[in-house]
Amino acid sequence: MEEKLTLFKNRKRFGIEKNIDIIFKNTALVLSSFVAIILLGIILVVFFQSFESFSRYGLKFLVTSEWNPVKDEYGAFTAIYGTLVTSFLSLLITIPLGVGTAIFITEDFVPKVVREIIGSFVELLAAIPSVVLGLWAIFVMEPFFRAFFVFLHNFFGWIPLFSTEPTGRNSLLAILILVVMLLPIVTSIARDSLNQVPKKLRNAAYGIGASRWKTIFSVILPAALSGIMAGVLLALGRAMGETMAVTMIIGNSNAFSWSLLSPGYTISSMLANQFGEADGSQVSSLFYAAFVLMILSLVVNIFAQWLVKKFSLKY
Amino acid sequence: MNSLYYQKRLSRNIGDKFFTSLSVICALIAILPLIFLVTYILYKGGSQITPELFTLEPNPPGDDLDAGGINPALIGTLIITTIASIIAIPVGVGGGIYLAEYSKGGSFSRFIRFGVNVLAGVPSIIAGVFIYALIVSTKILFGSMYSGLAGGMALSILMLPTVIKTTDEGLKLVPNELRYASLGIGASMYTTILKVTLPSAFRSIATGVVLGIARAAGETAPLIFTALFSYYYITGFEDLFYEMGSLAVLIYNFALEPYDAQNKLAWAASFILVLSILSVNIFSRILATFTEKTKRV
Repeated sequence: MEEKLTLFKNRKRFGIEKNIDIIFKNTALVLSSFVAIILLGIILVVFFQSFESFSRYGLKFLVTSEWNPVKDEYGAFTAIYGTLVTSFLSLLITIPLGVGTAIFITEDFVPKVVREIIGSFVELLAAIPSVVLGLWAIFVMEPFFRAFFVFLHNFFGWIPLFSTEPTGRNSLLAILILVVMLLPIVTSIARDSLNQVPKKLRNAAYGIGASRWKTIFSVILPAALSGIMAGVLLALGRAMGETMAVTMIIGNSNAFSWSLLSPGYTISSMLANQFGEADGSQVSSLFYAAFVLMILSLVVNIFAQWLVKKFSLKY
Repeated sequence: MNSLYYQKRLSRNIGDKFFTSLSVICALIAILPLIFLVTYILYKGGSQITPELFTLEPNPPGDDLDAGGINPALIGTLIITTIASIIAIPVGVGGGIYLAEYSKGGSFSRFIRFGVNVLAGVPSIIAGVFIYALIVSTKILFGSMYSGLAGGMALSILMLPTVIKTTDEGLKLVPNELRYASLGIGASMYTTILKVTLPSAFRSIATGVVLGIARAAGETAPLIFTALFSYYYITGFEDLFYEMGSLAVLIYNFALEPYDAQNKLAWAASFILVLSILSVNIFSRILATFTEKTKRV
């Protein structure tokens, strides 16, 4: 008995091991708080760097479109307008296409193997770097659509959106390449949320005599709506922050125009174009524009997360 | 009696047909351009591949005759992504361990999880802007401005949320019985994590991390004013502190050049980038489904 007790005493954890345990836990704690530090760091750094421009122009920066390093006058209206227009219009095209495709691959129109192949193919496309899409847009998409744009201008030129003669790169091309980028995101999220709708609901709808599309419109889509909405918002955030493909195809002109067929600007393409060579108060103005972009995408992202939490499916 | 049979003319059946064809059209419009895009990139880029491509420096734009190779950019991409991984993987895995193993769902861990999601949504160019302000413009890294090191740091910000998320989710899938068993035979918390839970979640964490690295390798926006670009071979350690080329920035720069030779180089670089990213993706997908199947047995 004595012997066993001493053995038990020796089994006590060494002080060193206890310390390692505590150190390990605290290291993990510090590492996890890095996320918060980086996030706050980004917000603070961008804000303080933009301070000079902010105090000089205030909110006027958001509504004027003068961007003149020689005269030292800066206003980002063209870029902000371009960011909003390209992202919203591209989303407008993407939503029906993406949700339609998602319905197609969750319903049983074609054998399951085919649907799975289509599904994973769409997901793979999300992995293609945007700079490669930009290259493709410059050399394939732009020549392909040129005739169509001329047609648009000739027949719908009376609409302000198509009022300028198309000459090479323009905002509409940026919208189209954004559609290509957003489609995989919207489709795969919509597919996931459609798949999560319980089979019971579908069977119940069929059981009381609803047709397939009546079921989809009145039961399945409403049940999956929160997930789809969150996906759409995520895509919106991505569209607003997307840089490379848009920069390469939008034409990068700060001259404001209502027309989608004229070269435009977005905040991110402005940053990509000017940051390397900027100095003086131009840098501060660029930081101000970056701050605006960050706030826009933060709001969209936080709203998306709130939406998911608030309306997530509970069956 | 007639009402028992399928009637084509019934408005609900016509409506169903209409919407079915609409969704087929949607799927076709969505998928055909995508297939075209991938095959075009692979075809156009693949036809530019030569052995010299991998060994030569790119020539400065202007001489139309010969564009040279992409060796510095290829090596640069490898170095920059390695730097990003060296920073992001330990931080991310450590943070994920805290969230999954130590936190008890309190406000701190909820805040961090929220922060991870927000950070994942921060536009990639903002990461570049941040590193520019913090490191490039302050010359804090031994007086060097644009450098491969700064580029790697910018990319690591983009990788971090992915790594934390996959670690957190991978560890949460490990059954609690394993933890109880390990703690029950007297193992301390860190032994349990390092010897039991981390190894059993290794496959899923590794898959997520590899996918994150593949995504980072194609990112351009954070690099264009942190790592900038370089035409010259990377020869030694000290090159880390100077401008460094990468495939992504090479594609961006050379796509906008008016010369055909440079454009071709951009296509070749796209081919290499897309092929490696796609094969990493497909490989890890196959691995994931394979392990899922063996688990079910």
